[in-house]
Amino acid sequence: MAMKRLPKFLLSAALVATMATSFSAVMAATPPDTLVQAWQSDDIISLDPAEVFEFSASEIMGNTYERLVAYDVKDVSKIYGQVAESWTVSPDGKTYTFKLKPNRKFASGNPITAEDVVYSLHRAVSLDKSPAFILGQFGFTKDNVKDKIKQTGPLELTVEVDKPYAPTLVLYCLGNSVASIVDKKLLVQNEKDGDWGYNWLKTKYAGSGPYIMRDWKANEVLVLERNPNYEKKTPLARVIFRHIKETASQRLLLEKGDIDVARNLNPEEITAVSKNQDIKIASAPKGTVYYLGLNQKNPNLAKPEVRQALKYLVDYQAIADTIMKYKGDVHQNFLPKGFLGAETNNPYKLDVAKAKELLAKAGLKDGFSVTMDTRSTSEIMGIAQAMQATFAQAGIKLEILPMDSKQALTKYRARQQDIYIGNWGSDYQDPNSNADTFAANDDNSDNAKAKPLAWRNAWDPGPLTAKTRAAVMERDAEKRAQTYKELQKSVLDDGPFVIFLQQTEVAAVRKNVDNFVLGPSFSDNDVSQAKKN
Amino acid sequence: MVSAVMSGGGGHVGALRSFLKKVVQFVIVLATTLLGLVAVTFFIGRVVPIDPVIAIVGDRASPQVYERVRQELGLDLPLIQQFWIYLKKAVTGDFGNSVLTTNPVLTDIANAFPATLELATLGTLIGVIVGIPLGVLAAVKRGSFIDQFVRVLGLAGYSIPIFWLGLMGLLLFYAKLGWVAGPGRIDVTYSYLYTPVTNIVLLDTAMQGQWDAFWDAVSHIILPACLLGYFSLAYISRMTRSFMLNELAQEYVIAARVKGLSEARVIWRHALRNAAVPLITVIALSYANLLEGSVLTETVFAWPGLGQYITNSLQNADMNAVLGGTLVIGAAFVLLNLVSDLLYRLLDPRTR
Repeated sequence: MAMKRLPKFLLSAALVATMATSFSAVMAATPPDTLVQAWQSDDIISLDPAEVFEFSASEIMGNTYERLVAYDVKDVSKIYGQVAESWTVSPDGKTYTFKLKPNRKFASGNPITAEDVVYSLHRAVSLDKSPAFILGQFGFTKDNVKDKIKQTGPLELTVEVDKPYAPTLVLYCLGNSVASIVDKKLLVQNEKDGDWGYNWLKTKYAGSGPYIMRDWKANEVLVLERNPNYEKKTPLARVIFRHIKETASQRLLLEKGDIDVARNLNPEEITAVSKNQDIKIASAPKGTVYYLGLNQKNPNLAKPEVRQALKYLVDYQAIADTIMKYKGDVHQNFLPKGFLGAETNNPYKLDVAKAKELLAKAGLKDGFSVTMDTRSTSEIMGIAQAMQATFAQAGIKLEILPMDSKQALTKYRARQQDIYIGNWGSDYQDPNSNADTFAANDDNSDNAKAKPLAWRNAWDPGPLTAKTRAAVMERDAEKRAQTYKELQKSVLDDGPFVIFLQQTEVAAVRKNVDNFVLGPSFSDNDVSQAKKN
Repeated sequence: MVSAVMSGGGGHVGALRSFLKKVVQFVIVLATTLLGLVAVTFFIGRVVPIDPVIAIVGDRASPQVYERVRQELGLDLPLIQQFWIYLKKAVTGDFGNSVLTTNPVLTDIANAFPATLELATLGTLIGVIVGIPLGVLAAVKRGSFIDQFVRVLGLAGYSIPIFWLGLMGLLLFYAKLGWVAGPGRIDVTYSYLYTPVTNIVLLDTAMQGQWDAFWDAVSHIILPACLLGYFSLAYISRMTRSFMLNELAQEYVIAARVKGLSEARVIWRHALRNAAVPLITVIALSYANLLEGSVLTETVFAWPGLGQYITNSLQNADMNAVLGGTLVIGAAFVLLNLVSDLLYRLLDPRTR
């Protein structure tokens, strides 16, 4: 007992010590064992890994929970065991057997056993929240999951998928935050009316990651604290995320030293702070692409020449260099750089003459009028206005309809837009995540069950759907990559998507902070090794 | 003599009766106002082309998940039925849960409202303490330099966007001079040193003897409070000036002067006292305005109050939270009006 209390005592002692020093300091400073970040975290609606599907909360999951497997953020093709020590795949490609590392513990002190892993996966499938499809796509349902995912020993379990998928797909999905390992004992204690502890875990914590989620006040602050039971002790005792909506305020706090990291600065602010001696800029390409969706229900947009013409009417480079400076690079294929088989060729550039030619071929020599549903954030509005100007050069009158993001999304999901401007982040690190939404559409009818982006734009990709389905079965990575290259080319040439940018995430960090890692997805943004000098 | 006592007693009964009548009237006004407010917000919330289900399930949920949540929210029921269910729950104080924070809306408001109250109260206090003397001076020295100054000050308070002024204030007093603390309500270092009881940080820290935390909170609130105080004083000083001009032109002021009372006594004791009656309403209104209108200030200063709560909720289609927040502000408005009304009666016997 006394031993257990010691770290807490030390923490409070450190806290008092830092307070004492902060009084005398003229310049504001954060405590040396605490990383303070400012970010816009109002998208957090839950901290239950079975439910989390938002950017900010994913990042918290990445730093507080562990999964069976994980991948190297510098080279995502390197998959390694996190809670798992090793795994094998059966010859028929359908059964995965995992052996767990011995002597691992949750933050609560409970040992991590195969029972916990099985419980966690059953739980995610049974709760069936937004991200559950990531596991559900392998044929698991509430009713069969108990037979498909089974404990076979104290530290051993099997996962049986319904088809012989490419193993990397299965592993990437088991490495997703929805498959995070939760502390069964703790959750059973907090269960109410068979809810799998859902109402409790929404705001509480039951994991084994580098940090413990200590406190969350929505729209105010979120506090992570070092997990003493984690196998590798974090250099910092605490990480605090302050919800600061105003980017100008974030900049002030950073320059003043009241925070260590500003996460949401706009391009001008980044330019300004990058001149400050005490601040450095961290950045990483993200698995998110920006695109226009052209609804094929609009007869003009349904013409192949018009789709082509619009691809020639975007000034890709200008957008990347000005409005999205620091925040994105030109990218025209649906797979983001870093994914298996991702194409990096960008054949389209602004070419008004070519676009006019194509429009004439489509019988629209004088152009046409069309609307674009636009979320009213300054970034998206800026891009939309740039496109409005270049579209006009070929006689296309683009009317921008600014609206709230939820409103735009509601219309988009009902296929009521002409053009939608949006961004799409991959759900997991496998190329199927984006191929499934951009290049496949099993049912293009109005009341289809699945509603991928191809459906939202009323596009029937024809043979591409079957090709996408086949790609997930290909166990030869080389061949699989080839199929994705072909799919990208087809969508690039003829699809109803004008993909124009891949997002880069930027953070402004004070010089004395080291090992602050931005990864390819938000759950890979890693503070577990961050330290301060 | 006897009749005088009688009539005096009758007067008391009459006063009590009129007071009770006032209370009943107030309850009716409050109830109907709130009912109207609920109805309008509820139906607007349901009519806007935003799907609250998406706010909960996110952009990529399967149709099954989507449909289940829609039914859980009761959105498949007829609109009138939805409203009736909402009303029945609201009467018991159950405004549902917020999508964003997952807490009951009432809990969220109980957390956020004190932050707004703290800021608006301090702002109004500053507005009253500085605004009234300024207004009086401007009226007394009509046409003078002071008068011009007060008028320009008032005009600026009306025309400069609060948002911009807030940022400039931060730049100057926080970033450049370092006199005050930056955005937020209290420094993270202190935020765990006290237990939130009233959720009014200044009060909580002071009651628990956490003086370092208290001074840190003071250093955080001073700039936004002064900003709100400025807007409040711009209004209060202008109204004070005009009420005072009105009073100073009255005959009783001339009479008082003729009686040889000192000028100070005439102005502060006689004229201001009479001007105070309409001023009460002005102050109450200004207070209510600060309560509802501190949205931008709260955004600039990352102040976790009701204004920020409602804006965030609106942006996220969190209709339960929007409805709850609007009701609280509506109730505050009605209450403040009543208080000013009662004070009015108390101060001005003619209205009894």
